[in-house]
Amino acid sequence: MSAQTSGCGFLMSVVVHGDAALNEQEKELNQRLRRLYPAVNESETPLPRSWSPKDKFSYIGLSQNNLRVHYKGHGKTPKDAASVRATHPIPAACGVYYFEVKIISKGRDGYMGIGLSAQGVNMNRLPGWDKHSYGYHGDDGHSFCSSGTGQPYGPTFTTGDVIGCCVNLINNTCFYTKNGHSLGIAFTDLPPNLYPTVGLQTPGEVVDANFGQHPFVFDIEDYMREWRTKIQAQIDHFPIGEREGEWQSMIQKMVASYLVHHSYCATAEAFAKSTDQAVHEELASIKNRQKIQKLVLSGRMGEAIETTQQLYPNLLERNPDLLFMLKVRQFIEMVNGTDSEVRCLGGRSPKSQDSYPGSPRPFSSPSHKASSSQPYLTGYDSNCCNGVTSSKSHSSSPHSHKPCPPASGSTLLASDISLNGSRSQASLSSSDVDMEVDHFTNGLTQTSTNGFLNGSSKHTAEPDDCEADMEVESAHSKRQLCGGSQAAIERMIHFGRELQSMSEHLRRECGKNSTNKKMLKVTLTHNCTCVVMVCSYMYSLLQDAFSLLAYSDPWNSPVGYQLDAIQREPVCSTLNSAILETHNLPKQPPLAQAVGQAAQCLAIMARTGSGSCAFASVDDYLH
Amino acid sequence: MGTENNIKSLVDCHIIPALLQGLLCPDLVFIEACLRCLRTVFISPVTPVQLLYTDPTVIPHLMSLLSRSQRTQEYTTQIFSHCCKTPEHQTVLFNHGAIQNIAPLLISPSYKVRMQALKCFSVLAYENTQVSMTLVNVLVDGERLSQVFVRMMQRDQPIDMQLTAAKCLTYMCRAGAIRTDESCIVLKTLPCLVRMCSKEHLLEERVEGAETLAYLMEPDVELQRIASTTDHLVAMLADYFKYPSSVSAITDIKRLDHDLKHAHELRQAAFKLYASLGSNDEDIRKKITETENMMDRIVSGLSESSIKVRLAAVRCLHSLSRSVQQLRTSFHDHAVWKPLMKLLQNAPDEILVMASSTLCNLLLEFSPSKEPILESGVIELLCSLTQSDSPALRVNGIWALMNMAFQADQKVKVEIVRCLGTEQLFRLLSDPDTNVLMKTLGLLRNLLSTRPHIDQIMSSHGKQIMQAVTLILEAEHSIEVKEQTLCILSNIADGNTAKDLIMTNDDMLQKIKYYMGHSNVKLQLAATFCVSNLIWNEEDGSQERQDKLKEMGFIDALHKLTQASDANLSDRAKTAMQQYLA
Repeated sequence: MSAQTSGCGFLMSVVVHGDAALNEQEKELNQRLRRLYPAVNESETPLPRSWSPKDKFSYIGLSQNNLRVHYKGHGKTPKDAASVRATHPIPAACGVYYFEVKIISKGRDGYMGIGLSAQGVNMNRLPGWDKHSYGYHGDDGHSFCSSGTGQPYGPTFTTGDVIGCCVNLINNTCFYTKNGHSLGIAFTDLPPNLYPTVGLQTPGEVVDANFGQHPFVFDIEDYMREWRTKIQAQIDHFPIGEREGEWQSMIQKMVASYLVHHSYCATAEAFAKSTDQAVHEELASIKNRQKIQKLVLSGRMGEAIETTQQLYPNLLERNPDLLFMLKVRQFIEMVNGTDSEVRCLGGRSPKSQDSYPGSPRPFSSPSHKASSSQPYLTGYDSNCCNGVTSSKSHSSSPHSHKPCPPASGSTLLASDISLNGSRSQASLSSSDVDMEVDHFTNGLTQTSTNGFLNGSSKHTAEPDDCEADMEVESAHSKRQLCGGSQAAIERMIHFGRELQSMSEHLRRECGKNSTNKKMLKVTLTHNCTCVVMVCSYMYSLLQDAFSLLAYSDPWNSPVGYQLDAIQREPVCSTLNSAILETHNLPKQPPLAQAVGQAAQCLAIMARTGSGSCAFASVDDYLH
Repeated sequence: MGTENNIKSLVDCHIIPALLQGLLCPDLVFIEACLRCLRTVFISPVTPVQLLYTDPTVIPHLMSLLSRSQRTQEYTTQIFSHCCKTPEHQTVLFNHGAIQNIAPLLISPSYKVRMQALKCFSVLAYENTQVSMTLVNVLVDGERLSQVFVRMMQRDQPIDMQLTAAKCLTYMCRAGAIRTDESCIVLKTLPCLVRMCSKEHLLEERVEGAETLAYLMEPDVELQRIASTTDHLVAMLADYFKYPSSVSAITDIKRLDHDLKHAHELRQAAFKLYASLGSNDEDIRKKITETENMMDRIVSGLSESSIKVRLAAVRCLHSLSRSVQQLRTSFHDHAVWKPLMKLLQNAPDEILVMASSTLCNLLLEFSPSKEPILESGVIELLCSLTQSDSPALRVNGIWALMNMAFQADQKVKVEIVRCLGTEQLFRLLSDPDTNVLMKTLGLLRNLLSTRPHIDQIMSSHGKQIMQAVTLILEAEHSIEVKEQTLCILSNIADGNTAKDLIMTNDDMLQKIKYYMGHSNVKLQLAATFCVSNLIWNEEDGSQERQDKLKEMGFIDALHKLTQASDANLSDRAKTAMQQYLA
């Protein structure tokens, strides 16, 4: 997130003790911006964080991390006016955007203007004087709407006053505040992509900006609450008019198809009956899928693969990638001690991992993005096998998923890698792991950082996390590799070798067909859509799985998340989709598709400047 | 819920005691049914609320039912808030632990319960210092009540809740329990109430919002200044006068009916809020009078059929009449005195108080309206006001006369004295209300200015006036009253023939000498003025007067005062001494 702070190099030169304070400020800024504008995708549309040293008139001086603006011209006539814009325009996905300016000194005459302007508007002017420029001026309290003559608007402002400027991107209006009091609408019909702007005109004028570095004087969050409520009421009261009956049957269809998709046979049957619908799949077929899903979700991968091959011959043959993915999961389950192949070898089965009451997460749609900071919602509940209604209880489960953050790639952490690497070589006989990591040059961070690098960096960077993990896990019965059986361990290692050669085979196939261009949509652990090169992705899957063996206690290792039962879900849903596809049934339930489409729609709204997308997060509707 | 007639006949059949009896039943469902019925009966305007208080055991029992269920909570609090109409009711409820029992309901999971509890607090706190002072210290789940109210004012809460919470805080503030500069008032309650005035809300909400806001900021100029720049409030209120709108008249009968019903309420609320906004700050008054058609609206408001609107309009006019500039300009341009004079005929007391007070300002010397008002024969009306039972009306009547007499023609002064009559004048000089006394003395002082006027009035009423002055100086009165009286005496001493009334009155001279040695500088100064006027050289008979006062020991007294630490006083004494030296 800090990538676009152009002041980064500047920060370094500040005296040491100021550094901590600035970092603290930066942190506070990031937190506040996240909270105020959760819908903004900063990699696409960065938020303004300071004044731009490049986008200003020469009479403007900047200091204090590019937040303080002072006038350094002659200030004799209006021709000496000077303005500065913020580093970035205001993203529409803010919904409501707000910044404040404190008047440090009114200077000689206090000819200060605070407002907005589009890129390219003349900076040798005060905001408001030109087309696509808007300002509120301190000397007379007038508002200037793209015109040299102002309109009476608010009170005058001077040294010590805090002036706020709020842009409402839903109705394209703007109002100002003075010392925390709203002054009412100043401008309407604003164009998109405006930059926060201030202008000064006489010597001695100094103002400080607050783009979120500090708490605002005006309660902007309260204003945002009002608009969130308004937008949500609009959604809730969206007229469906004459089509009410249609509406209901459509929703029923969606629910039914969802139930069928995830093979909740009994529920689906009951629902279809009571809503008078036909089910477009034979009951036996649903039951088959249910059986396989149950196996996957309880970690019995070997049986799951076998059953799939029995019930759907050719499916896995035609989908070697899928088979590979299943086998990698099987390997992980072997480590876990849950896979049938190792269980029958006498290993004690860790109870807590065993009884997974088969229910996938409700909306594991590949196109549905959930922010990683959100609690992982699933339909897992031991009392209820129907996933939709019982999602809450899962977040308190000790199994709750710890997303693995991408490694920062810092050199400090690199020293750990070789250590871990050598350990992994000792325990894993097929040993070209380290080298493979090196020439593994796929540029996608999602895949490349899921390897050893990631593991070790997490270990050192987040000791707190690990401690928390350990506390949680200690509540369980002590877990051992492959359930503790020596025979099982051997079986696992053998299986690992098979997998290794299978992967090499796949890679060769890949190269032959030049399938580097072949794309596959896969549900990743972070539940986001990512189109990756198949081979590379498959390979990284294997690397992650193998790296489990690098730790004496894989469950508490940085890569231990793979052992979490929740990781079975993407595998389960990918397999389920593949089976459905062979039956010419949609590989995604319409409900998940609708959710995905809604999320995409919001992203498009953000790009096209519809501010209401800020208050219509899909997640808010998926309780 | 039935019609008013149904309820009335139920009440006549003594339904209330029966239902109250039912509350003693052990069955909760039955209790809830009784309460629901009681609620319906008590919220009707036809039910005398006193019936709730006749049996002293009822309130404590209702309090105990507050813990039973959400239904009992909702109905009971709703009954309380509808039956709490007087300070006595507030006290009864307060004494039975209403605050402790109801406060926890503010965080009830049920919206209805929260809302009714909130309404209860708003009626309990209204103009009640005891309740308000208690409320600020109440904690609900570890949180201060004011913070709970602030949360209820959040902009995503239902409007009804925001508005009622703002009312609670307003009442607590006006009762002195919360300072006006606290953030919960200045940054939360005030902006919330301003928002309620905006066009997007229901007409009822806009009325209540404006009225509450007017009440909140009435005594505080800082709140008035902030409100005047918040969300274009002054311009926003102009919209209150646009009902029924021309659009609604044509398109929608139902809407027209609704608009018509609220039109009066909207207008009076806007007038009230303008009055409150403009009561102290000259710039705000200017802003108000510059609002579109404002003066025309006030003028037509003064003659509306609704008393409420007339009263609010005259309040607004009164507030604006405190501006010298407006008196000179807009008031004169729009001849506001005309409807004001009309309003003064046969109006109810509350309107009379405001209208006559406004008249006082219009009669100020610099007001261009003074002349036409005088010509309209207002003196008789004002004199009759001085005979009113209401002290406020007596003050306003005499005050207006006082302003009228200031630098007035001889003719006007004679007319005032004639019309008022010396008897009434003396009655007013012994009025129990100090304000009345002060303004009457002020009137006398204004009447007794410029030499010919002094002599003429003293020649006809000298005896009574001297008597009155003696009485006041001898009685227990405030310094201000005595000072004003001594000033009258100075004016008398300034007359040509009137002087003799003092010089021949040794008792009065002794009194003057006494006040020259008084501990209060103001009184010393006034008395010295008086002496100075008596011994002024250039006038006939000054030598005799100087001699007489010398004999009475005034020289010593003056000499002492030349040493006074108060420069004004010593200067005045020195000037007087020079009369002897010349």
